[in-house]
Amino acid sequence: MDLVQLQRQLVDYRTSLYHEGFLDEQFTQLQSLQDENNPDFVVEVVSLFFEDSERLLNELSKALEQQVIDFKRMDAQVHQLKGSSSSIGAHRVQKLCIVFRNYCEAQNVEGCLKCLQQVKHEYGIIKTKLESMFQLEQQILNAGGSIPV
Amino acid sequence: MDLHNLRLYISFLNTLSLSSLFKNPNPNPCFLVSKTTHLHTHTEPPLLLFNSSLSYWIMEVAGEVLASESQLHVLAVDDSHVDRKVIEKLLKISSCKVTTVESGARALQFLGLDEEKGSLGFNGLKVNLIITDYSMPGMTGYELLKKIKRSSTFREIPVVIMSSENILTRIDSCLEEGAEEFLVKPVKLADVKRVMNDCIMRGETEGNKRRRVDKRKFEDDNHASSSSSSSSSIPSSPSSPLPSSPSTAATSSPLHSLKRAKLGDHN
Repeated sequence: MDLVQLQRQLVDYRTSLYHEGFLDEQFTQLQSLQDENNPDFVVEVVSLFFEDSERLLNELSKALEQQVIDFKRMDAQVHQLKGSSSSIGAHRVQKLCIVFRNYCEAQNVEGCLKCLQQVKHEYGIIKTKLESMFQLEQQILNAGGSIPV
Repeated sequence: MDLHNLRLYISFLNTLSLSSLFKNPNPNPCFLVSKTTHLHTHTEPPLLLFNSSLSYWIMEVAGEVLASESQLHVLAVDDSHVDRKVIEKLLKISSCKVTTVESGARALQFLGLDEEKGSLGFNGLKVNLIITDYSMPGMTGYELLKKIKRSSTFREIPVVIMSSENILTRIDSCLEEGAEEFLVKPVKLADVKRVMNDCIMRGETEGNKRRRVDKRKFEDDNHASSSSSSSSSIPSSPSSPLPSSPSTAATSSPLHSLKRAKLGDHN
């Protein structure tokens, strides 16, 4: 695939992520903060998001396996996940966290379990999509082109 | 700090034909310029006789003062890695020097280590602004705010609170404890730039303390308390007349009313 095609593919892909509600304007904000001095800024922030999310999702899974469930602690963890997903514009994950917190507050185990599965699912999707997008960007850079805004 | 004064002072030093003094093997008695506060005044700088090492020291100090003057040093406090990275970037883009820490305890530690007795920031960088997340494990941003405002050493440092939750009582209590602003997360570059401008303006118009609340677009969050009352009562500092000088005209708008209407739009 030639450079122009790659660039077009990236633009289309990105647009679809916004269109389908995977990403919101906060992601655009992040991209606007990237410059020549810090060309990997977005990748770095998103990597931190992946690390944080995986840790939190693990902790939430463990919490729901306990005999006595610590809803307060879980709520704090979901709050953290909501915060970081909001900061990078991971819109669907953020929305699910809101629902998840409601179940925590209501101390509804079934609801929490269901929500956790949904969050894990959505997280998996956005992770794959962002990684694909970064790969496309790298291909463009390798081909000597620049990333279209 | 008066840059203009500093520049005058430096050119004054030049006119003393320093080069001849540098070469003098017998150092003359000298007056030490030990405090930059001296340079705040508009008095004539004293006549100085100094040896070469002292003059180099003065040049170095001048350089440091100029450098630190042109950049605000912000201490950012947030337990989230992601948010620390983002706020650091936002602040750096806004031409600030940034130190990030992960907790209120670390923030106090940093401030404590930073403020050495007798030093006016030559050994470290003085903190010009603290921006902190509200919800943090251990010490919350609110508790950190209180500790800072109740400390005689640090209470002059402006504190900005960030929170993902747009809760009226929370905002009110932060403002009452002396927070400069309350920013709703996710924080945008425009918010940071505005806060920096306010900080600079605040520095220039001493005694004109205004409190502003910015309620931006409200994220759909069921945890927000129902804040549907119609009156917007923002505590105004009793001792602050609205600024009247032309230079502050741009930001002399009356205290912003809470954008309640927006809350309703996001359901």
